[in-house]
Amino acid sequence: MKDLIAHLNKVFESRVRLGIMSVLTVNQTYDFKSLKETLDLTDGNLASHLKALEKEGMIAVEKQFIDRKPNTSYRATEKGRAAFSEHISALENLIRDT
Amino acid sequence: MKTESNTQEDIKAIRKLMEESTRFLSLSGLSGVIAGGTALAGALLAWLFIDDTWSLAGVAAIVLVISLTFACFLSIKKAKRQKKHFWTPVSRKMLLNLFIPLATGGALAIIFLLQGNLQLVVPVFLIFYGLALINASKFTLGEIFYLGLLEIATGLLVTLFPDLWLIGWSVGFGVLHIVYGLLMYGKYGK
Repeated sequence: MKDLIAHLNKVFESRVRLGIMSVLTVNQTYDFKSLKETLDLTDGNLASHLKALEKEGMIAVEKQFIDRKPNTSYRATEKGRAAFSEHISALENLIRDT
Repeated sequence: MKTESNTQEDIKAIRKLMEESTRFLSLSGLSGVIAGGTALAGALLAWLFIDDTWSLAGVAAIVLVISLTFACFLSIKKAKRQKKHFWTPVSRKMLLNLFIPLATGGALAIIFLLQGNLQLVVPVFLIFYGLALINASKFTLGEIFYLGLLEIATGLLVTLFPDLWLIGWSVGFGVLHIVYGLLMYGKYGK
């Protein structure tokens, strides 16, 4: 059993973070507002999970101005992609073997 | 530790998010039927009453505007009904990918019209419309891809047999849209 869960990543142990990583692995970049609408979250909730993922180096933040308004978008880093895909495989193995 | 059913739900949610954030799925089937009906009405009008080029171009433009308006309006309503957003990064990508070939085809059609190459106007627009659909199909219902192929085939046939332009118009913009719209209506709902 220990072997099975060894590949589960502690960082992704939240549905919100799984959601963020799912969207970012299939899209090059995604902006904060669209992410909020897609995942149906509040500003604060989303921001705190994004911050955590950023701190772990799973995602990168790009800030820019569009029409003089600040626009923050996110993308998954190489490390984040690899870690997320390993996490998903571990989840799938978990289902298959139990 | 999480229970098995929780994990399964997580994976299901992940799959859904990956799909929904890369494809715009609220495209309305009913709008296809309306677009087809409008195109057939336009073709009938052209066949019965119109013999000068510019009135014909006017009818085509009106058909296009009505079709696009209904497509947007009904898709916005469908997205609302599904409690999804209409204006998302993926719907923007879909529209951009649709409009680049479509606008190119429209510009070419107008150029041919001005140069008097009348027999090329309908086929070129059919072909570019088909290419536009194929381009947009990566970001919406995959079935659009096959509609695009059929539009291109219709366009090529009309290029080969220019006398059949009105039939090409009726089939390409009318019949194909109605059949496609009904199929999508049946598969994905209104």
